[in-house]
Amino acid sequence: METSESIFVVIKKAILGFFHGFLPDWTVVIISILISVTAIVIFGPVTMMFLTWLERKVVGRIQNRYGPNRAGIFGLLQPIADGVKMLTKEDIVPRAADKVTHFLAPVIVVIPALLVFSVLPFGRGMAAVNLNVGLLFFLAVSTMSTIAIFMGSWGSRNKFSLLGGMRAVAQMVSYEIPMVMSVVPVILVTGSLSMVSIVEAQLGGKWFVLTPWGFFGAIVFFLCGVAEVNRTPFDLPEGESEIIAGFHTEYSGMKFALFYMAEFMSAFAIAGLTATLFFGGWDGPLLPSWLWFLVKSYAMIFIMIWFRGTLPRFRIDQLMGFAWKLLLPFALLNIFVAALWQMLPAPKNLIVSGIAEAVILVIVFFASRKDSPKKRTYVFAD
Amino acid sequence: MFGFGVLKGMSVTLWNFILSYVYPKKGITTVQYPEQKKEVEERFRNFPFLVYEGAPDNMRCVACDICSKECPPKCIYIIPEKDAQGRVQKKPATFDIDYAICMNCGICEEVCPFDAIFMDHEYELAEYERLSSLLYHKEDLLKPVEHFAKIRPTDYGRIEATRAAKGVKGRAQPVAGAPPKPAETQQSPPATS
Repeated sequence: METSESIFVVIKKAILGFFHGFLPDWTVVIISILISVTAIVIFGPVTMMFLTWLERKVVGRIQNRYGPNRAGIFGLLQPIADGVKMLTKEDIVPRAADKVTHFLAPVIVVIPALLVFSVLPFGRGMAAVNLNVGLLFFLAVSTMSTIAIFMGSWGSRNKFSLLGGMRAVAQMVSYEIPMVMSVVPVILVTGSLSMVSIVEAQLGGKWFVLTPWGFFGAIVFFLCGVAEVNRTPFDLPEGESEIIAGFHTEYSGMKFALFYMAEFMSAFAIAGLTATLFFGGWDGPLLPSWLWFLVKSYAMIFIMIWFRGTLPRFRIDQLMGFAWKLLLPFALLNIFVAALWQMLPAPKNLIVSGIAEAVILVIVFFASRKDSPKKRTYVFAD
Repeated sequence: MFGFGVLKGMSVTLWNFILSYVYPKKGITTVQYPEQKKEVEERFRNFPFLVYEGAPDNMRCVACDICSKECPPKCIYIIPEKDAQGRVQKKPATFDIDYAICMNCGICEEVCPFDAIFMDHEYELAEYERLSSLLYHKEDLLKPVEHFAKIRPTDYGRIEATRAAKGVKGRAQPVAGAPPKPAETQQSPPATS
């Protein structure tokens, strides 16, 4: 138990000890950083490959079929076959494209997707960097992918790409706000922006999802996260039935694969962050901590895939209305509930904040409903 | 109420997901094709084949050329056999069907007065080459009448009843174990393509 718990930490220490024998101290520091970086750079793409397989399998099962099952056992080699296909495809750059922007966009889009993994605590003592502003870093860096997506859409010189990029910017900027607001209660209660301290505040099963504000905060945060990584039902930027493939219409081969990779890695990062902030991170009985983190993250991933297998795409007004009229006021009032929870003594706070949460839920729900646009009547069309 | 429709839909998909594991018979509707195959219906028709009785030499076809004339895309090509004096025999020397052109209409089967050509159930006909591989010659097309009885028992019974009522016994039944003219007819017809 104890060895499996800290197996990765022990391996890293062993490697460092080996190098410490004959290298000066400052190189050991660099090697330590390199080990963490290598682990993340390997973990990200491997997770992405596994996620493509998992998504196709789960969506297949949802649609009463097996999904990929030809390449390897259970079709596990399918991502490798896809990778080979992607690598050997012709790389097409439109004649009118802005060559530099078009080339840089898929490169840049991967960077934030990889960077956010550096602050995620994968297990006890397994955060690559224990930043004291880890959460802020995560939110700031993950927003950077908007720039890359807009670069790709603008550089392609394609109307569908541009439409997709515009949608992506509008959507991501809108959902960023309720996302950050839904995180504020967690910061309020733990008093820290460090991911490691946030997990430590939830140790022993005191997961924030079990509190009234945490439960609804988790829902708001998770929905915003799904919107942030452009997954169904929020996949308007790449809605294939409307605008071909959105911002990556003009990308083929490995450049397209990079966009795809960034999307899946961000999806995993969002799942991991939801697990960290609200579901206790690596906290859990019996199993080693890193396994608990993976189990929780993959549970979140499963919900994302489940969404994809179930829900049709939002309309743009529904999308914006959902963010601004439902999620944002609810996330703001959730901060108030969390403050109540924090201020009141232990037995009383559950009841008071629970009632407050219910009242707020009803108010926000009806208030947002009242202003929803009326059904249009087409006077001249008849 | 708002949101309950979503939950309902989510429960349906989750149920499908679970059902595909616990009860695949109902949860999975796909057929794993190369390993599993669906039974074709009796009335399924694909490409025509020629019928023989007993031995491949004893075919029902008399080279009357009706199917060839009726064939809408003109994919049947027949040359009747001739004897030493050059007289036309009631037997095709060449009988070619181009499966690449055939459109599976089944008119050849309907017009044949001798019940010699029927539509087959064979559908795995993919070839690497476009032209000559899909041109089926007489020896590729010939199949015993028992094959027809097996794949389409209803039609077989009906056709055999009419044939018996009309008094057609096919042509002379071959003597068991001794096919009539082995040496001449077993050789392949001259290449036509």
